[in-house]
Amino acid sequence: MMAMAASKSGNGKGQGGITGQDPLLLRRLLRAKDKMDAAPHEEWPIPRLARASGASQAHFARAFKDAFGVPPHRYLLTRRIERATSLLRETELSITDIAFQTGWNSMGTFGRVFRDITGQSPSQFRARTKAVPQQPDLVPFCHLAAAHRPNLTIAVSEKRRLEEGDSVAGPEEKTEIVP
Amino acid sequence: MSEGVAVAGIYVRDQDEALEFYVKKLGFRVHTDAKNGDYRWLTVQHPDQPSFQLGLFKAAPPTMDESTAQTVREIVAKGAMPPLILHVGDCRAAFARMKGAGVEFTQDPVERYGTVDASFRDPAGNGWKLIETHKGGN
Repeated sequence: MMAMAASKSGNGKGQGGITGQDPLLLRRLLRAKDKMDAAPHEEWPIPRLARASGASQAHFARAFKDAFGVPPHRYLLTRRIERATSLLRETELSITDIAFQTGWNSMGTFGRVFRDITGQSPSQFRARTKAVPQQPDLVPFCHLAAAHRPNLTIAVSEKRRLEEGDSVAGPEEKTEIVP
Repeated sequence: MSEGVAVAGIYVRDQDEALEFYVKKLGFRVHTDAKNGDYRWLTVQHPDQPSFQLGLFKAAPPTMDESTAQTVREIVAKGAMPPLILHVGDCRAAFARMKGAGVEFTQDPVERYGTVDASFRDPAGNGWKLIETHKGGN
């Protein structure tokens, strides 16, 4: 049953709908996305995500990108930066603490990806948002988080990817952060 | 009470599965379950909220064409439908009860903003926020 759903995945266009992906497969891919949402500071290599969604490792990254528009690792980076922006906005934690709490092992990588996504450095971001009064109580915070989610239709590592010249999932998964 | 929203619905992948989930796992009651050919009007109610029905509707012909229905099923399965919020008096207790019943939680209870909240999904992919109500308010 599960295996059948998975085998119908991928590029099965032409059945109508947007991506033509089996809703049962999409529902299971959503499970992997939910796991990253719940713990973006953790490491989410493809085998772990594939296991969470009951999909094959070979097809997971492609199916995820077809479903959600970005490769899984890039999605994870946006969630980490989103967490970081809210911690910068709402707490007095140091930027180093925020980097480590949101899953980065290297300050350099954190700063670079943060700038790639938001267009400013963490300290610039903090200075700017602290200058503007916020009213977070009026919107349920989960939706607030979604509203503040950095828009990442353009890849964090698009330019790196272009430099490296490669396929869809490959280097995304290789940008694993190392100290 | 005679004026107000009576029914608001969500799309589900399978109405039997949704009925099982909302009634057996969440404790809702069936309000109306009426079949007419391939069409099934199915609504449930929270036991403490008799003036409101939650519709559990299937995206399928004859209410829409098959291609549109497939699009809707994809959107639901990707968790992209609008947010739903369920208020409870004790979020941690509700979490324990529902998790024990097999509800898929996407976030364990967290205390913040002066309340406690958790998140779960129905089998179709609709996302619910479970929020502890403030005493005497919302």
